[in-house]
Amino acid sequence: MINLAGIAAQFTELMLAILLAPLLTGWVNQCRAWLQNRSAPSLLQPYRNLNKLFQKEVVLAHGASPLFRIAPYLIFGSLALAAAIVPTLDIDLPLNAAADAIALVGLLALARLFVSLAGMDIGTAFGSLGARREMMVGFLAEPALLMVLFTASLISGSTSLSTIVHTLAHKEFVIYPSMAFAGVAFTMVSLAENARIPVDNPATHLELTMIHEAMVLEYSGRHLAMIEWSASLKLFVYSCMGLALFFPFGIAESGDWLGIILALPALLVKLAAGGAALALIEMLSAKMRIFRTPEFLGSAFLFAVLAMLVHVLLET
Amino acid sequence: MHLDSLDATLGLALVWVCLGLTGLLAPASIRLVSRVLFPIGALTGLALAAVALPAIFEPALTRVLPLGLPDLPFHARLDALSGFFLLLLGAVSAGVSLFACGYFRKGEGTPPGLQGLYYHLFLASMALLLLADDAYFFMVCWESMALSSYFLVTSDHRHAEIRRAGYLYLLMAHLGAIAILLCFGALQSGSGDYSFQAMRLVAPSSGWATVAFLLALVGFGGKAGILPLHAWLPEAHPAAPSPVSALMSGVMLKTAIYGMLRVTLDLIGFPLWWWGVIALAVGLLSALFGAIYAAVQTDMKRLLAYSSIENIGLIVAGFGLTLLFRGFAMNALAALALTATLYHCLNHAFFKSLLFLATGSVLHSTSERSLGRLGGLIHRMPWVAWTALIGTVAIAGLPPLNGFVSEWLLLQAFLFSPSLPHSYLNMLVPIAAAAIALTAAMSGYVMVKFYGVVFLGQPREPKLAEAHDAGSWERLGLLWLAAACVVLGLVPATVIGMLDPITRALAGSGIASLAQGWLFLAPIEPHRASYSPILFFVLTALLVALAWLAVRAFYHGRVRRSRPWGCGFPALNARMQDTAEGFGQPVRHVFEPFFRIEQSSPTPLDARPRYREVVDDRLWHWLYLPLARGVEKLTGLITVLQRGRISVYLMYSFATLLLLLFFVR
Repeated sequence: MINLAGIAAQFTELMLAILLAPLLTGWVNQCRAWLQNRSAPSLLQPYRNLNKLFQKEVVLAHGASPLFRIAPYLIFGSLALAAAIVPTLDIDLPLNAAADAIALVGLLALARLFVSLAGMDIGTAFGSLGARREMMVGFLAEPALLMVLFTASLISGSTSLSTIVHTLAHKEFVIYPSMAFAGVAFTMVSLAENARIPVDNPATHLELTMIHEAMVLEYSGRHLAMIEWSASLKLFVYSCMGLALFFPFGIAESGDWLGIILALPALLVKLAAGGAALALIEMLSAKMRIFRTPEFLGSAFLFAVLAMLVHVLLET
Repeated sequence: MHLDSLDATLGLALVWVCLGLTGLLAPASIRLVSRVLFPIGALTGLALAAVALPAIFEPALTRVLPLGLPDLPFHARLDALSGFFLLLLGAVSAGVSLFACGYFRKGEGTPPGLQGLYYHLFLASMALLLLADDAYFFMVCWESMALSSYFLVTSDHRHAEIRRAGYLYLLMAHLGAIAILLCFGALQSGSGDYSFQAMRLVAPSSGWATVAFLLALVGFGGKAGILPLHAWLPEAHPAAPSPVSALMSGVMLKTAIYGMLRVTLDLIGFPLWWWGVIALAVGLLSALFGAIYAAVQTDMKRLLAYSSIENIGLIVAGFGLTLLFRGFAMNALAALALTATLYHCLNHAFFKSLLFLATGSVLHSTSERSLGRLGGLIHRMPWVAWTALIGTVAIAGLPPLNGFVSEWLLLQAFLFSPSLPHSYLNMLVPIAAAAIALTAAMSGYVMVKFYGVVFLGQPREPKLAEAHDAGSWERLGLLWLAAACVVLGLVPATVIGMLDPITRALAGSGIASLAQGWLFLAPIEPHRASYSPILFFVLTALLVALAWLAVRAFYHGRVRRSRPWGCGFPALNARMQDTAEGFGQPVRHVFEPFFRIEQSSPTPLDARPRYREVVDDRLWHWLYLPLARGVEKLTGLITVLQRGRISVYLMYSFATLLLLLFFVR
């Protein structure tokens, strides 16, 4: 079942995700700057930021426990594994036998648990405020994401990501109404989970509204670099998940090298389009009050449940 | 004379009874109880687990005991289902007893010798309950379990609120017991033979079977804490000493699940599909209710008690799904759902006991139960904090620990339900799966709140600086349970192989195909879904280690300690952290109509401003209090009969006699 080409493809995909993730963040920032009529930072700016942070020393608060220090690596590790699970270049990945769609959601939840716990560790007002808000976003967004994946699972009769993507990639002329609802839900969930407008704003440190930034306020130096890199990875994972579920075209089948090489430009084009769309959504919407977030995410959840209902009613 | 595993199990239960009685020799001696009796009790637990494990794979053993009433001897039977729950009881109680060696101290209510007696009687009655093979023996064990645990709950009986909690518990236990008694009455179908063997052979009409099922659901559900019979749980758990809460939540609730499985799938044998719908609905409601209420609790043991309601809800939902599939004779899927149910029983027993014990250590070293006065204990109590972290990740249902495995199996079972031959039932999938996903995510919220507020942050009270870590016995108990959480999470395929004889017996189909070797777990077929926790764990660990090494190799490891960043505000203190109320605020906000909230905010002129908020259970006010008032009124009417004069009572007897004679004639 496990072949050498598959493992090589898996490894390529993992390294590609880790290395490309900051680039995607840079691209989204660039698009946003263009749309706002600003002169854009370089595409490589996130890498420079990471390098700078890695070189700086870590300033650790007095009350920091060991949990605070290992959390950035744990978060990075789980998100990197999540990036490896999602099929980006090749469908037939050996890791898909080890972790399916539910495990993917579990990994994302694991990362969220540790980032929240780390936020509470120092015991400042901001840290626990951020942790509380993050968990609020999480407890509504996570089931919505699971429902989106379940809709796809019901269509393909499997929770294995490779089977899901395989099924969806081979029925391109069939339009699933359920996937339309799921797509809306998925977009809303991704915005919330990646701390984007309208739920959170990655570019602000205004205490009334911030979620993610409040949690990681105490991090500095290499720890902060790992956290930032993880945030980029998370955006990458969500983008790839969206592409794999809703636009799975051009992805390679069963580990042939030519397919993978051809899939790479397709992936890059799709990611570029996705990043531009994200910037556009962020531009067109206003930041919500934090109290409205449950409504936003609640409707995402209902959309996702509706997607499953539509599937059961219309498509079986 | 040849001794088989049934004799061994009975013998071990007897050892527990004897241990308890030995404590009576010197009831005030803490050394005898905690250095001799509890360690032997823990060993007995281990031995029980060791005896019960092979018994799962062996054919059922039965015995008529030389005990009981003259014409009603006790019947005992050890089959796969009893073996599994005995294993659970033995393995969990071993950890709890180890912890208890260091837990019970002098001068806290009931003397230690008596507590040891109740504790070991409690264990023995649970073991015998699982072996009981007739209704009479079963009820005797059930009642002694309820009574011994009642005395354990009220061991700190000097406080009025603890006595009140104990009373509520006793009341609910007896209401449940009546329902169970009636259920057995319905099952014997007029034959008058109350042995389980007779009930298995006679198939009751579907009407009587339904009555029996509903009574079992009420009776056992009351013990398990499903909605709306949950009210005793959040009262009794905080009142009881922590090892007792751990046993009650970890093991006793599972005996109720055992009862449900035994009555429905074994004694009745042919579940109707719509029973499954009822159990599923009740289970999901309890799960959601428990999770939402746990998120707003401010007492750490109450929080865990509500979380038990949530987990029992998930277990009952799995049970309902089993019935649903079994009712439609879809045995392979019934086996999958039953596996998820049993696996979650096992998981919950371990992680909930672990967390209750951790709260016990916290309570001992800080004498605080309120989340608002704890914090920062990871520095003072690292052993407790790190083992509790394992429990936290496990109960939040996160990979690669055990909570995820059972949730994964349960969700897989739900995903296969579109094959149900009933179009309305198919609609259940989205709704039920959504409810389970929401519950799982909520439990993550609850556990971050629990762990973050208790162990992380700054100490909220000055006295927490003197908190001490758990002693070596307590550490051993905590480690044992935490290790079980990890092992159950990593080798599910092996554990599921153990459940195979049970699903064969109860669901009519094995699940051997579920485990693809020891590495992969795959329900139905590998290409539909598979999960390999070991690979998962190794890869995550590898990535974490590589990331750490790479950062060290390419950059540096310099660290400077400093004060936390206060955004320019110099006078940050520990009271500015989020409290438990604060952490629950989003949930209170989102689910506001579910709660009964009393709030009082300070005015701007208050010299000592106090913000008070009490979140109450609506069901308490909608169901329990009106019921209690009604009962009080009814009993008030009875006082009309009581005149306090002997001649009136004699007249009552005379009238009754006349009436009876009239009927007998």
